[in-house]
Formats: sequence, C-alpha cells, structure tokens
Amino acid sequence: MRFVDEYRDPAAARALVARITELAGDDHFKLMEVCGGHTHTIYRHGIEHVLPSSVELVHGPGCPVCVIPMGRIDDAIAVASTPGVIFTSFGDMMRVPGSTGNLLGAKAMGADVRFVYSPLDALRIAADNPDRPVVFFAVGFETTAPSTAVTLLRARSDGISNFTVFCNHVTIVPPLKAILESPDLRLDGFIGPGHVSTVIGQRPYRFVPEVYRKPLVTAGFEPLDILQAIEMLLLQIRQGRCQVENQYTRCVREDGNPKALAVLAEVFELRPHFEWRGLGFISQSALKLRPEFADWDAELRYSVPGVRIADPKACQCGEVLKGAIKPWECKVFGTACTPETPIGTCMVASEGACAAYYNFGRLHREAAVRVGSRAPVASGAAVPEPA
Amino acid sequence: MCLGIPGEVVEIVDSARHLAKVDVVGVRRNVDIGLLEDDGGVVPGDWVLIHVGFAMAKIDEAEAARALEGLQLMGAAYTDEVEAMKSSRIAE
Repeated sequence: MRFVDEYRDPAAARALVARITELAGDDHFKLMEVCGGHTHTIYRHGIEHVLPSSVELVHGPGCPVCVIPMGRIDDAIAVASTPGVIFTSFGDMMRVPGSTGNLLGAKAMGADVRFVYSPLDALRIAADNPDRPVVFFAVGFETTAPSTAVTLLRARSDGISNFTVFCNHVTIVPPLKAILESPDLRLDGFIGPGHVSTVIGQRPYRFVPEVYRKPLVTAGFEPLDILQAIEMLLLQIRQGRCQVENQYTRCVREDGNPKALAVLAEVFELRPHFEWRGLGFISQSALKLRPEFADWDAELRYSVPGVRIADPKACQCGEVLKGAIKPWECKVFGTACTPETPIGTCMVASEGACAAYYNFGRLHREAAVRVGSRAPVASGAAVPEPA
Repeated sequence: MCLGIPGEVVEIVDSARHLAKVDVVGVRRNVDIGLLEDDGGVVPGDWVLIHVGFAMAKIDEAEAARALEGLQLMGAAYTDEVEAMKSSRIAE
C-alpha cells in the first residue's frame, strides 16, 4: 500500500477504500471532478490506483488557465507588446502558448511582462509607476475573481488611473452544465470544487441533482477528503438519494462568502458568451467589467486582435478538458507535448490534467503495473485481475 | 493555482483599509481581509485561508494544522505558492 502510506492517516485511508470497494460492488462508476487542485491531489497521491477498478475518476474543466483559448493569449500578448505597458500576470499564464508564442517569449522580445502573486501587487506597481500604463491579466474562477473585484474597487477609490484589468474570469456552473448536456459523457456523480465553493457556497450546484439527477459532493484537498467524498457519492447512489452534499464543511458554508459575492456583483457582469478551450462557446460563462469600471477595462483601452484561433491539429486538450479522454490517451502526450515543450494548456498549467499526470501519474501507473494489479486493495479483499 | 493556504493573522496593519499581516509557515506578508468583514472580521490569532493576497475564509486552528499537513503532502504546488507569496509587496 505504498501510496496510502504517504497519506496522513493510512488506516483511515484503507478503511475508506474498503468501504468504497464494498459500495461499488460489481457496478462501474464514473465520477468527475472539476477543480484543478483536486486533479493535482488525485495524481499526486495516486488516488486512482488506490481506488478499486469499479470507480473511475474523470477530470473535467477545473483549470481556469487550461480553458483560455489560444486567440485570447494572442490578445494578451498584443496588449503586453504595446509600447510602455507593464503587463502583470500570474505565473502559469506566462507559459501558455498562443499562436506565435507565449508571454515569456514576448518578454524576451522586449515586452515588460512581470510576474505578480496578487492583483494588489499589480495595483502597487501602477501606484509606483504613475507614468506607465499597468495591465493585470485576470484569470481564474470565482475563487480568484473577488480578489480582482476588490482590487478594482481600490483602484477606483484611490484614483489610480494607469491601471487596467484584462479580464478572463470564468464561472463554474456553465461548464458543469455543458458537461452534463454533452452526449458523449455518461457520468454518475461529481466531486465539487473546494475553494470556488468557499465563495459561491453550495446552492449554485443544486441544478445538478435537481435537473440532471446526478449527486454532487464538495470536497477538500487532502487525499482523505477526496476518498470521503467518493464514499459519500456512492452511498447516495446506493441509498437512492441525489443531492448536493458538503464534505468540506470546515471551509465551505452553504451560503459561501456573501461579501465576496457582493463585490463580484458590484464590479462584474456576465458576458453573453465566452469561448472555452475544448467546450466551444458557452453563454453567460465569463465575467467582464461593468460599464462603471470602463476606465479600468483593458479591453476598452487597447485594441486586441480578437481572432479565434483553432487549436493545433495534434492538440486534444479539448477532449481532455471534457473528460472524454485521459491524458495518456492523447496522441502527443509525453512525446511532442511535454511540460518543457507544451502544445496545449493542459500540459502548461500546474493544475492541468496532463501536467499533473506527467509529473506524478505515469510513475504510479507503471509501479502498479509492475506490482501486477491495477489497484492495490485493502487487506482482506481479493486482488482484482490486471486491467 | 487555486490553492488557498492557511495562515495565522499576527497583526491588524490598517483596519480602515482591511489589511492584516499573516504568517504562513514563517513567511509574513500583508493580505487583504476585507472579504471577511461581514463574518465578524479577524483578530490576531485567527487562522484564515489565503489566496492571491486575500483572506477568503476563517478556519479553526486545528483545521489549519491539518490543512497545512495536507498541503505539504502536495509538494511543489504548495512550495511554489509560498514562494509566490514571498514576492508579494502588498501595503509595504
């Protein structure tokens, strides 16, 4: 039980795995998670190899970096390449490839591209450089959007006029709905995102059981949290229940964070539609600045190409993001597409499924094959046939 | 990354501007605590979940210790986040 021994409480992990195996029985379950942090935990701790083969985990569009289409990166590079601009960004976005390169490449060509930890750091740069225009590349789900919102409120109240935001925030509910509407996916349940839920709470997910009849359990980030959420999902299914449950009660409340939701409503409005890598255009799925914040909106201050760029032919990020294929099923995984030479976003972002699998999963899978069974099992249960 | 890291509030730096100093495994930086003002605010000794320079939620100390252990198991993703936080110059 090599991997389970790495868990904080191996005995609890074994007990959960035994319970999950018992609940799953002879049926097969496909459970999707939609949170980059969960993808990372699952691969990092080899959770897929600890679970019985009757439970399959599918990784959905949980990485807000991964779903930004190439054309939008080109737009960012165009803004960054505007003479005089200081272009600030989180680390992951700087390596995402557009059609002719990434932000780091633009930096090498002379653009002033700077890493920031927080949008407040970007605002600080603007305050310190009043004669230079500063742009913040805002990316992330509802976890991160409130931080951009508060920063914009502060820019306005402090009168910092050389600061603008290039807004690419997306929301979690529309892609969940798009996945549920997708004919090629037959999922049995969802593991709900952790920190998005600290902001939006639990109510936005109710449409999943109420309209689509699938259970959803919000989970924390430890391997034990994920295992417990899986157990809760299977228990629901076996007991004929179908509801939103919260495994992450220590950080997630039913109502989320009302203050964060209030600042979101004050600063942002929904775009009519937005293009998602792999999922196409989804209506009402992304945020833009309200007209009252037009003076801080980079899209109004700079003209951007706004061109739709198709992914490279070899790139199967779209299918990976929908959970239709696994990272290792992509034809260029590990060969033409690696973390050093990424073709698509799933390999660039640290929480992308391909990067996570490349860094952790391959080794665990090979170890499991060497051991002779697909998944190590709790003591007392029979060893399953190799997959 | 969407990682929220637990940290302990050690000082209220500017309550009007919602700024507090937090300690994250020995790294001390200022963060914005405005998103918690409806939740009774924060005082030194409180533990909070920090994401890109903002406190997102209050968590109890026992939970914070657990979360930290779990995060440390995440390896590079966690250390990268702490390294990123070190570069922060909010309200300095």
